[in-house]
Amino acid sequence: MEIFGIPTVALFGQLLIGLINGSFYALLSLGLAVIFGLLNIINFAHGALYMLGAFTAYLLLAKLGIGYWWSLILAPIVVGAIGMIIERTMLAKLYKLDHLYGLLLTFGLALIIQGLFRNWFGSSGEPYPIPSALTGSQNLGFMFLPNYRAWVIVASVVVCLGTWFMIERTRLGAYLRAATENPQLVQAFGINVPRMITLTYGFGVALAGFGGVMAAPIYQVSPQMGEHLIIVVFAVVVIGGMGSILGSIVTGFGLGLIEGLTKVFYPEASNTVIFVIMAIVLLIKPAGLFGTQK
Amino acid sequence: MAHQSTTLAAPVGAKTHLHAQADTSYQRYALVLMAAAFVLLPLAVYPVFLMKVMCFALFACAFNLLIGFGGLLSFGHAMFLGTAGYASAHAAKVWGLTPELAIVFGTGCSALLGWVTGLLAIRRQGIYFAMITLALAQMVFFFYLQTPFTHGEDGIQGVPRGKLFGVIDLNDPLAMYALVFVVFFGGFLLIWRIVHSPFGQVLKAIRENEPRATSLGYDTDRYKLVAYILSGTLAGLAGATKALVFQLASLTDVYWTMSGEVVLMTLVGGLGTLFGPVVGAAVIITMQNYLAQIGAWVTIVQGAIFVLCVLAFRRGIVGEIAQLLRKPL
Repeated sequence: MEIFGIPTVALFGQLLIGLINGSFYALLSLGLAVIFGLLNIINFAHGALYMLGAFTAYLLLAKLGIGYWWSLILAPIVVGAIGMIIERTMLAKLYKLDHLYGLLLTFGLALIIQGLFRNWFGSSGEPYPIPSALTGSQNLGFMFLPNYRAWVIVASVVVCLGTWFMIERTRLGAYLRAATENPQLVQAFGINVPRMITLTYGFGVALAGFGGVMAAPIYQVSPQMGEHLIIVVFAVVVIGGMGSILGSIVTGFGLGLIEGLTKVFYPEASNTVIFVIMAIVLLIKPAGLFGTQK
Repeated sequence: MAHQSTTLAAPVGAKTHLHAQADTSYQRYALVLMAAAFVLLPLAVYPVFLMKVMCFALFACAFNLLIGFGGLLSFGHAMFLGTAGYASAHAAKVWGLTPELAIVFGTGCSALLGWVTGLLAIRRQGIYFAMITLALAQMVFFFYLQTPFTHGEDGIQGVPRGKLFGVIDLNDPLAMYALVFVVFFGGFLLIWRIVHSPFGQVLKAIRENEPRATSLGYDTDRYKLVAYILSGTLAGLAGATKALVFQLASLTDVYWTMSGEVVLMTLVGGLGTLFGPVVGAAVIITMQNYLAQIGAWVTIVQGAIFVLCVLAFRRGIVGEIAQLLRKPL
């Protein structure tokens, strides 16, 4: 069977990889958007913390024998806790300054974290097994769908939509949105805004840690796994604009799919297609597809 | 004033600017000192090392023109360094151009790249500007990774230095050193001129308060674009010269880590100071030389310096000195 001269197995295979990549784009850009909303900084360490999530899962398994499912809960908690320490000890001192200082600080943190792990593990990468419950694959007739990959897509959709629900539909989310609009006023109503900022940063980077654990069985666990990803996610964020939570989820998955399609039809451009789309969006709608220009 | 002290450029300018505009006396002394240093140091220090410092100093000065005086943080300046490097190396090696033409060609390519990417990047500001330039630079990196003329991971090796104007043989270390010195000083004086020109004053006004500058009738987008192109062109000049010095153009110079390094150099030296990037480049290059033996620790040390500078040392070395002297440097 062929579509546009491309075997359907190859086409759907690449679309699946696109969706997988899109899952990670969505998880990471969602975390960036949540953090940006309240803290007004772009977290350059996001890719490094995603890598840290994957390594936490790897170390839990290798040193303590703790498996995938526990890691899926523990690694985001570890990464979130480290994030909260970073926020309290460093980022909190920068809120009165130009927001670009936050970018520079987190860039430095990313260099430190990635450098430490490269010293420790080298750059070759470590394998991480697929959990036994999710090995094997389904024959869908037109392609084989590995169970683990299906799980990654479903889990990230659920987590993304859960985050959206929490922010848009719960009381806690209402506080968060209010603090994004006007922190002084929310503080005056008796909400502890500094603690909320700390928790928000922790939650945002925990999403990255969660993504790292899910990525571990698909890609190798390596110190540079977050390096290129974070730059692509930045482009995703520019394309989507950071105004809307749902927007960053849709943009993440959509761009993953487009990237997958590019791999089928014009593989040379697959590394750059997202950047090209970013350039086009900047020309047509500089604020991003779902953003509002401030 | 309260607003000024929160901008990214060195707060020195805000505190001293009442008597700063005309007072360039200390800057003149510093210029003479710097010239004397680069003339005399080859007697004591390995010249190739000094040429590397001068190339990176010009690169950092070009970067600082944009962030320090225009308030635009580019996280993709490696694309200019690398583009000019590849273009001049290719021109000198494959087309057999003389070194001065190769440098002009490389610099011109960076200027063109600056024009194209600038039109896109200046459509957003602040954090978005940084992310966009980073993404554009990554796109340029992948282009050079895949296109055949750059020879991928190998880079363009064995670039001939050739004869300057067809006469002066640049394989003579002294001649090469003199050329780098002239290029660096020419670039530095040009930046000095730009900063102190009416154009530079408007740029600073845009940095401090863009809506105000717009309301005064300045087309701020045009000023920002010109500043961006100038910065990219001068970064390209540094890259083209560097390719001739090391007879090599490689992917290292287009990679995002290089964009980070130039930010670090400028931050260490002092954002928004004229001499800061030169000092910062000298410090970072020296550090890399000494730390080269311990491999990956270089990244960690650089990251730690970033964190320390942002948390406790935002004025940078030259910024602190200027603060002590109460004069702009």
